[in-house]
Amino acid sequence: MTNTTNASREVLIKATGLRKSYEDFVAVNGIDFEVFKGESFGFLGPNGAGKSTTMRIIAATLTRSGGELTILGKDPQSNGPEIKAHLGVVPQADNLDNALTVEENLYIYGRYFGLPKNFIREKIEELLDFAQLMDKRSVKVEALSGGMKRRLTIARALVSEPEILMLDEPTTGLDPQARHILWDRLFRLKEQGVTLLITTHYMDEAEQLCDRIMVMDKGSIMAEDSPAGLIKKYSTREVLEVRFGSDRNYVVAPQLEVMADRIEVLPDRILLYAENGEALLHEMNEKGLHPVTSLVRRSSLEDVFLRLTGRTLVE
Amino acid sequence: MNASRAVEIAKARSSRLGSSQYSGRAHTLLERSFLAFRNSAWLAVLSGFMEPVLYLFSFGYGLGHLIGSVHVPGGHSVSYAMYIAPGLLATSAMNGAIYDSTWNVFFKLKHDRVYQGMLQTSLGPLDVALGEMLWSLLRGFAYAVGFMCVVVPMGLIQSWWGALAIPAAVLIAFGFASVGMGITSCFKSYQQMDFINIVMLPMFLFSGSFYPLTVYPGYVQGVIKSLPLWQAIDLVRNLTLGIISRGEIYHVLYFAAMIAIGLTVTTKRLTKLFLR
Repeated sequence: MTNTTNASREVLIKATGLRKSYEDFVAVNGIDFEVFKGESFGFLGPNGAGKSTTMRIIAATLTRSGGELTILGKDPQSNGPEIKAHLGVVPQADNLDNALTVEENLYIYGRYFGLPKNFIREKIEELLDFAQLMDKRSVKVEALSGGMKRRLTIARALVSEPEILMLDEPTTGLDPQARHILWDRLFRLKEQGVTLLITTHYMDEAEQLCDRIMVMDKGSIMAEDSPAGLIKKYSTREVLEVRFGSDRNYVVAPQLEVMADRIEVLPDRILLYAENGEALLHEMNEKGLHPVTSLVRRSSLEDVFLRLTGRTLVE
Repeated sequence: MNASRAVEIAKARSSRLGSSQYSGRAHTLLERSFLAFRNSAWLAVLSGFMEPVLYLFSFGYGLGHLIGSVHVPGGHSVSYAMYIAPGLLATSAMNGAIYDSTWNVFFKLKHDRVYQGMLQTSLGPLDVALGEMLWSLLRGFAYAVGFMCVVVPMGLIQSWWGALAIPAAVLIAFGFASVGMGITSCFKSYQQMDFINIVMLPMFLFSGSFYPLTVYPGYVQGVIKSLPLWQAIDLVRNLTLGIISRGEIYHVLYFAAMIAIGLTVTTKRLTKLFLR
């Protein structure tokens, strides 16, 4: 989705100059963004970028220090309970109720919103099915695997039929299979028209799940676009990764610099940005530079992040 | 846009004063406690009921044989079992409330992050504080009724005023739960929780459960009389022995103040922790 069509779309969340500061540091440093109805919007950045803080301010569980924020036209600071009823929250660390079973967790969470018992009971069947936890309904939460817990947390957030589902690092700590199951569930929600707000420090997750991404670092927005748009804007089509051995990397770097659009020298490897990686490798070999290993790949959001901040995403 | 039911419910309350603090759904916390109780917590409740009964049998009858009778205000004397029964009732109301509002609360606060989960819904911090205290209060009520079922047939309650010992126990439980949760919500580590034990055990031993305060010099009596457990024991004992005076009003006010302070502190702390 490009920015040109945004004018006609319904804005669900609008932040202007949003700021959160503590006594000794600034967590969110005056950011502007809009989230549109039905889209999947991602905050991408390393730990400490201010993603979770932004999420908590939106979720009305943290007050902002400055700037404006409206969610469905209302300020979360003065309409906390109402905003919370619009949102489904999946926090970074599970906060399921360990004293209760899977089914009871869904039930009581609906009760917290004041929903009638019959309404919740019907909803539970639908959500257990969605979360693929039908056969675990009477099991205590403690006994679930990490992936199941996360699916239950998502199902729990859906009890109140929220318009916006907020997921803070949804797949951190999950094994690859559990991640893919989770992504599949989130795709289904998106198809049903639920607006997704996701923070992640995994570029593959951001590429998979998000229509639009806001790259954050140290409390500020570095860039904002679709995954493909970001790559197009801030990187080349392909990347050639070469290793000359950790001592030689720095020695050959000046020679490589003139050959590629841009290079990044990392401690263990050198990244060369070019439209055609294979051609570049060929050119290198002709000049008598023979790396120990080489790899040509497509540019990713990792490269975008590296370009924008000079650092890798997962450190 | 069709608002969901959850939104309609929150919207309906939004114009009320304090709607961000209290959603009127403290009872859903009771529902949660009941579900948790059904799953496992009933053992803790059973042990809470057993404790004063065992003390009564051991001290009341064992020690009671050696002691005989105790002089009480009003010029008459009562059997030792009769003397300590109200003290044990007040103590069990306190213990139940304190256990719930300190260790259980701390666990839900820090380890399971249950309150964080609750406060990301449209519940307010006062719902959470009040709901948790209501459960302690129900527990105090259950202990009091259970204890009465043991001591009344034994002839240990002298007066019809004794029936009021049950609501008194509920008030006491509410007061202790309120202050207990308030203090716990300020604690940061498990180590700090030991502070509670340091306060509770001496208070239990020296607040007049087992002997009259007149054994102490005047200034010690003054200190003990300022402690909540003595306030509780004196109230319940006066009721079960039927020695009622205007002083009972001050006991009730003492606990009303504990409830008010505890609720205020807890609500403020939950707000600071989860809704800053």
